[in-house]
Amino acid sequence: MLLAISLAFLIEKIILITVILFGSLGVAMYATWGERKVAAAMQDRPGPNRAGPFGLLQPLADGLKLFMKEEIIPNGSTRWIFILGPCLAMLTATMTSAIIPWGPDITLGSHTISLQVADVNIGILYIFGVLSLGVYGVMLGGWASNNKFSLLSSVRAASQAISYELAMGIALIALLMMSGSLSLRTIVEQQHGFWQDGYFSWYVFKQPLGFFIFLVCAFAELNRTPFDLAEAENELNMGYHQEYSSMKLGFYLFAEYINMFISSAVMATLFFGGYNFPFMDQVAQALGAGSVWMALICVIVLMIKVIAFILLFMAVRWTIPRFRYDQLMNLGWKSLIPLALFNMLVTGGVILWLLK
Amino acid sequence: MQLTNRAQAVDRRPMNFVEKIYVPAILKGLKITISHAFKRNPTIQYPEQKRPFAPVFRGLHILNRDEEGRERCTACGLCAVACPAEAITMEAAERLPGEEHLYREEKYAARYEINMLRCIFCGFCEEACPKDAIYLTETVMPPNYNRAALIYKKEDLLIPKKN
Repeated sequence: MLLAISLAFLIEKIILITVILFGSLGVAMYATWGERKVAAAMQDRPGPNRAGPFGLLQPLADGLKLFMKEEIIPNGSTRWIFILGPCLAMLTATMTSAIIPWGPDITLGSHTISLQVADVNIGILYIFGVLSLGVYGVMLGGWASNNKFSLLSSVRAASQAISYELAMGIALIALLMMSGSLSLRTIVEQQHGFWQDGYFSWYVFKQPLGFFIFLVCAFAELNRTPFDLAEAENELNMGYHQEYSSMKLGFYLFAEYINMFISSAVMATLFFGGYNFPFMDQVAQALGAGSVWMALICVIVLMIKVIAFILLFMAVRWTIPRFRYDQLMNLGWKSLIPLALFNMLVTGGVILWLLK
Repeated sequence: MQLTNRAQAVDRRPMNFVEKIYVPAILKGLKITISHAFKRNPTIQYPEQKRPFAPVFRGLHILNRDEEGRERCTACGLCAVACPAEAITMEAAERLPGEEHLYREEKYAARYEINMLRCIFCGFCEEACPKDAIYLTETVMPPNYNRAALIYKKEDLLIPKKN
C-alpha cells in the first residue's frame, strides 16, 4: 500500500507540529520564570519583578542575555561533539511531544482532525527510546568538554539514568498489563471521564504505587533536585555544562525545562487521564462531541494537569537538598526496583485471578 | 553541665524502610515550604519604597545660617577638637566692614572642610558646637568615584541662602 498522504493532511500536521513546538518552547520559557517565582514565594521573597508586570518579560531578557554572551569552545574539546551535545539535548527534549494526545479529535464536517502528531502504536516504547537518547546529550557534551568535572558529571548522569529507567520501566509494565496497549491514545481513551464501572477510571487510582515509582524516576530522569547530581555545584562546579557558554548553555538549560514539561504531560496522560475530566460526557453533549470548543476545554484541562505537575517539580526542588551518590543508588536499586517488581507481580496476580 | 535545655541526642539508629523511601520527610518539608508561599513577604521595593529613618539618624552634615541668612559658624574649632575621626579642618578669617550681612559674628570660617571618608557620623561636632552652626541631616552620604570629591568644602556643606 502506498502512503496515502494528502496535502490537507500534511498542512494539518505541520501546523500541529509548529503549534506544539512553539507551545512547549513557550511553556519552557515561562517555566524558568515560574521556577524563580516559586522559589521566591517559598523563601518569602518577591522574585523577578522588574522586567514587565510581575517580571513577565524576564525570560526574554534572560534569553537575550544568553544570545549576547561570547561563545567559547575550549581548545582541547572535540569540536563537533561539543556542538552536537546541546543540539541532541534539545532535539530529544522536543521529540517526545510528538505522540502525546493533546485533545480529542475535532470533527469539521466530514473531516477529522487529530490533536496528536502521530498515534504510534508503540507510543510508550518510543517515549522510553527518546528518553534514553536524552542522556546522550548530557554525556557527549560532558565528555567532549575535555574537563574532568564535566566528565565525572556525565558519568554520573548516565549511571543515574540507567538505574532509574529500570524501575520506571517495571512500574510502567504494571500499567501496560492493565491497559493492554502501548498506544497513548488508547490509554487515554480507557481513562474516559472520571468514574467508570464503579471505580475511578484514571490509572493513578488503579496503580498508585506504580505512579509513585514513576514520579520518583521522572525526577531522576529529569536531573531535578533531589537527583541533580550531574550538576552538583559543590562537587562538580557546574557539572556537564561547565565549559558551555552563550546559547549552547541556554539550550541545555532550556532542554531541561522542555523535558520537565513533556514528562509532566506524559505523567498526566498515563496516570491522570490526559485530557479527560469529570462529567466530560455531559459537557460533550452540551457542546457537541468533536466540536472545537470541546477540544479546547480538553486541551485546557490537560494543561492544568501539566502545570500542576510542573509546580510539584518546582516545589520539591526548592524544598529538599540533593541526595548523596550512594543514597541515590541505594534508593534506586534497593528500594524502587523491589517496589516496582512487587507492584508488577501483584498487578499480574490480580489480573490473572480476579479479573479473568 | 548544660548551657541550654535544647540539646538533643543524635538518633543514630539505622533507617527503617519508611525513612529509606524518604517520602514522609519530603512531605513534611513540602508542608513547610508551601506554608511559606502564603506568607506576606517582608521585602521593601527599595527605589520606590523607602524605610523611614530612626529619629536619631545621623547623616550628612550641613552648616546652618541664622534667621537673616548669615553664617553662624565662627570657626572656633570646637567641632574639630571633638571629632574623634579628625575629619574636620577649618581656617578662620576676620569679618571686614561691609560683610555684616554675610557673617553673624566678627570671626568666620574662610575654609571649612569635612573629609567624608574619615567621618564616622558620630554627631559629636553637632554636640560640641556652641553656635548651633553644624547639624547632621537625614541625608545618606552619596557615593563617589573620586576621593577628592568626598572632601566636602564649605560650599558643599552650607545650606543655600533663602531669598
